[in-house]
Amino acid sequence: MKLSIYRYDPDKDAKPYMKDYEVALDSHDRMLLDAMVKVKAQDDSLSFRRSCREGVCGSDAMNINGKNGLACITKIAELPEHVTLRPLPGLPVIRDLIVDMTQFFKQYHSIKPYVINNDPPPERERLQSPQEREELNGLYECILCACCSTACPSFWWNPDKFVGPAGLLQAYRFIADTRDQATSERLDNLEDPYRLYRCHTIMNCVDACPKNLNPTRAINKIKELLVKRAV
Amino acid sequence: MIPVRKFDAIVVGAGGSGMRAALELARAEFKVAVLSKVFPTRSHTVAAQGGIAAPLANSTEDHWHWHMYDTVKGADYLGDQDAIEYMCRRAVEVVVELEHMGMPFDRLENGKIYQRPFGGHTQHYGSPKMAMRACAAADRTGHAMLHTLYQQNVRANTQFFVEWMALDLVRDSQDGAVIGVTALEMETGELYLLQAKATLLATGGAGRIYWATTNAFINTGDGLGMVARAGLPLEDMEFWQFHPTGVAGAGVLITEGVRGEGGYLLNKNGERFMERYAPNAKDLASRDVVSRAMTTEIKEGRGCGPYADHLLLKLDHLGPEVINLRLPGIREISMKFANADPIRDPIPVVPTVHYQMGGIPTNYMGQVVAPEGSSKEAIVPGLFAAGECSCVSVHGANRLGTNSLLDLVVFGKSSGEQMIKDIHAQPRPHRNLPKDAGEVTRARVARLEAAGSGERVADVLNDLRRSMQAHCGVFRFPEDLVEGVKRVKQIASRAERVFIQDKSKVFNTARVEAMELENLVETAMATAVSAEARKESRGAHARSDFPERDDKNWMKHTLWYKEGDRLDYKPVHLRPLSVETMEPKVRTY
Repeated sequence: MKLSIYRYDPDKDAKPYMKDYEVALDSHDRMLLDAMVKVKAQDDSLSFRRSCREGVCGSDAMNINGKNGLACITKIAELPEHVTLRPLPGLPVIRDLIVDMTQFFKQYHSIKPYVINNDPPPERERLQSPQEREELNGLYECILCACCSTACPSFWWNPDKFVGPAGLLQAYRFIADTRDQATSERLDNLEDPYRLYRCHTIMNCVDACPKNLNPTRAINKIKELLVKRAV
Repeated sequence: MIPVRKFDAIVVGAGGSGMRAALELARAEFKVAVLSKVFPTRSHTVAAQGGIAAPLANSTEDHWHWHMYDTVKGADYLGDQDAIEYMCRRAVEVVVELEHMGMPFDRLENGKIYQRPFGGHTQHYGSPKMAMRACAAADRTGHAMLHTLYQQNVRANTQFFVEWMALDLVRDSQDGAVIGVTALEMETGELYLLQAKATLLATGGAGRIYWATTNAFINTGDGLGMVARAGLPLEDMEFWQFHPTGVAGAGVLITEGVRGEGGYLLNKNGERFMERYAPNAKDLASRDVVSRAMTTEIKEGRGCGPYADHLLLKLDHLGPEVINLRLPGIREISMKFANADPIRDPIPVVPTVHYQMGGIPTNYMGQVVAPEGSSKEAIVPGLFAAGECSCVSVHGANRLGTNSLLDLVVFGKSSGEQMIKDIHAQPRPHRNLPKDAGEVTRARVARLEAAGSGERVADVLNDLRRSMQAHCGVFRFPEDLVEGVKRVKQIASRAERVFIQDKSKVFNTARVEAMELENLVETAMATAVSAEARKESRGAHARSDFPERDDKNWMKHTLWYKEGDRLDYKPVHLRPLSVETMEPKVRTY
């Protein structure tokens, strides 16, 4: 398998470059991450993040042949013989495939990502019907890998002002939670030409999400709630 | 001199236990530093699937006494019964708290938390009736819990040091109190000394010492290495849980919740073989029992596939609705890693290393304890441990499914509570640092920096993992154990001479991996030496030459010291806090 990988070490490189690697695979190497670990055994200076290697921790998001995805659940068999790897687009590169995610998490934090309920907690669990709980499906599963936000042109242009698909998906996760009492505060927080309305329904986020979530749908639901509130 | 920063408390690790402790400390408005090698939601708690145990009795009658009985029995009577009682009695409280924090548990029609059966969870002290005790968020319970805890820490303004790796403990030269840690900021390559009045290690397990493991890359036993290098012991390291259902060839976990929902294992004859090994509990016997049964089936030629090297987990009879509602993550994993859609096809599975029962010895308030003078359990001032890196010991020789997430929140919370008391008791400013503070770390980093040749980290690591796999598995044979100790010792000396090509300061992952290798080597040494010495079979430690449990000689905890590979032992706490001792019995399911 041939890999061309984006390399940049600010400690020694004047500018980024692509480096080619050839790696021999065996039958146990199923996923792109397996091949990358082999490359790193040859050249320990190649830097990338990885952890769970099963698509739940969100560490190894990168741009694979032009599309964002997780290396650990990208099957080698479904890739062409020559694969090009670049860091997630739109975020500053720290080194090689490692990007600075500060802006991404800042946006996530900006939506107050926690249930707000000011009633005194009952002795036992708060009740929620299975139907109410089902509203959270397709939302809470987000792994904060940033594949979606870094595939979104609106986020590229305004990463400081536009919450981005990942943050908005989570904003809706808390609005949709029957235990949360802060819907109106949450809507106030989003009613802004940039924070919410920079979403132009390009839907790159849906295409990029490795967990098959649909941020665009969640964003539309927030927009609907704002319209309803206005009339 | 390494730059020094001062805090009230340091938490090393941002998984379930670290973040639960941090929340307690941040809410008390202490200055806390939480160090994590990865962004908090990437910690390995995220991969837990099936549930968290609590006798809420939402679907079946249940009681903490029964939960305690199951845990004591599951532990094969090596668990400390005071700690087990403590955990089971606080289970309802901590799970309800998680719900109040916003954790998206599945629900029953009446709106209460959904609970499913799990291995070894029974009613009425081991009766054939199973208890539905595992509180679940589909099959993503760990993800739901970890994100919820992170969210609450965001709300509490906890200070995270993301992508910082703790390297060594700093101890007071007078009384041995732990006064902080040295750490590497990965992005800049700078070393720091972080000082605190209380330090919690919550660094998780070290399942990466094995070749086939459900564990993430980051599970390298960093806290264990730090403790071992600081001259403190590690407890019961011979006990490693092989989870019955890792995806064959890939190692990825398939939750026991599949069997809780009604799935079962088949051999090549299509036989539901667990009926022969555990007539009552069948596929929901304890994990050590199921893993041994599976290994026996494979050894006796009843494995599946062209190499007869795995078994099949059948769940298609549950129907697409149950699978999509309760086990969606499993379906995703199975399709990705086994090319099998469980709605139609069984999943090829094999016992896979999953959980470390042993670890840093603590009491149930998270305080690290070690022999000193006449006491076998003297408190090490300033040092705490919680979660998989710790050995309280609630899991003894074998952990019950869903007790791991419970362990994280109960002991994360109790550690946080005790740290608050300890910090309040130290109104004076921080202690003076010893003159050589941080020297050990600097020397380790300098050696790596200077080495111009040597062995590659990846080669030494692969040999270590293969060796542990071959010599210290589901069944253990005397000659393998002796050979294993010899091999690991050789590998340990090779690890002292590894070299890295990458000398960059910026995000040098080669350096991180080299530092992790040292921690893995300490963990593997502790495991191999402790296992070779224990001449009985108990829980996950099954020896061919001593097939029976030997309560007369071996109802005791192992303590391993790095210095000279010395072993010591200490008694099991057989007396619970309020109830009668649960006396050891023959363990059948």
